Parts: sequence; structure tokens; C-alpha cells
Amino acid sequence: MENQKEKTTIVLFSGDLDKAIAAFIIANGAAAYDHDVTIFFTFWGLNTMRKDEIVKVKKGWLEKMFGWMMPRGAQKLGLSKMNMLGMGPEMIKHVMKKHNALTLPQLIELAQEQGVKLVACTMTMDLLGLQQEELLDGMEYAGVAAYLGDATQAKVNLFI
Amino acid sequence: MADVVVDTKGLACPMPIVKAKKALDTLQPGQTMEVLSTDKGSLHDFTAWVKQSKNELVSHELENGVYKFLVKKL
Repeated sequence: MENQKEKTTIVLFSGDLDKAIAAFIIANGAAAYDHDVTIFFTFWGLNTMRKDEIVKVKKGWLEKMFGWMMPRGAQKLGLSKMNMLGMGPEMIKHVMKKHNALTLPQLIELAQEQGVKLVACTMTMDLLGLQQEELLDGMEYAGVAAYLGDATQAKVNLFI
Repeated sequence: MADVVVDTKGLACPMPIVKAKKALDTLQPGQTMEVLSTDKGSLHDFTAWVKQSKNELVSHELENGVYKFLVKKL
């Protein structure tokens, strides 16, 4: 029975707010379609899943620099267009509230509630110096083979 | 009269479908649910979703900007 479910996979490569929102809306929609959904976070997309507080972990200075320069979590992402030094995201959040659209943190929570599998790419975590403790709880950790394992069975595969 | 009414008026995509899915999961085959939505994309959304999830869209109407869908679980 479980095996007959359709599958959807999304690679979230981008760390832009607008793209992350799109990815999570599609993921939640697919879950409502009763698909098994996987989002595979790699490179800048990993920042979407960062905890917003500072997590004390042992790091080299280069990793520390990356950690400081990259957005800490879904609330801090910038827009891919019209970011305007952070004014753009505030404007879009205002408009989204007006239209009763879910915020990115709410979309993430909804995805977790709907059983969307959230997978962090361990290789790029190493490159960006991110450690498991710094990402939201409930994530899985894997590499390209695990992603392909899901993707080969899925009819919907997106790279965002 | 539907067995369950799902009111998603004022909610934006993807919430109408997400809420409808949650309600549908609680139904037994043969039972019906009525979904209310003001999202302008609802008609295409619900037609596609009901078909894909292999249920039945018994009827749909638009009244004063509110879409009303009657879905039967098969």
C-alpha cells in the first residue's frame, strides 16, 4: 500500500526567501495530494533550515565566518529580486499577511506536520561549515544517492 | 447535506487543499465533504486534486465570490 504512493522530490539549492516559499508551497500541496514528499537541502538552501538562535559548536575560523555571513534561518532570508538591503523581504511579508498567506516558518511547520521528509545534504553542510545542531530538529542527513533513490521513483522532481 | 464542512474562506494557496486533505482523511468511503473557498484558483485546484486522489467532485458552484465544492470519498 505504502509503495503505491506517488512521490515528489524537490532540491532546494537556493537560499532566497521567495524561492524557499515556492518550494514549501509545492511540497505542502504535494503532501495534500498524498504524495511521499522529500525536500533535499543543499548549498544556500540549507540556511532555510538553520535555527534562528546562535548554537555553540566547535568550528574553524573559515566556517565561523560563513556562519556569521549566512542568514540564520527562514526569517532572515533575502529576496532573489528587489531585496533592497532587506526592505524587500519586509514588504513581501507584509503583503503575504494581508493576503492571508502562510509565512515561511509556518509553511515549514506545516510540511513537518504533513510528514514531508526534510533531508540535509551532508557534503555541502561540511563546505558551509554547518553542523547538525545548527539545523532544525527532525531533519534527516544524507547524500546524493539517497536523494536519487527517492527521485528515480518520483514523477515530480524540481530543482529550485 | 455533507458529512463535514471545511471552511477555507480567506485562506491562500496551499491551505484550501491541505485542509481538505486532512478532512478527507477522516471520512469513510461514500461520505461527502463540502469545501468553501475564496481562493480564485480553487476551481482548477479542486478539479485536479479530486481527480488525482481518485475521489468524486459531485458538484461545484460559485456564489458571491465563494466557491463551494461537494466532494465524495470513494
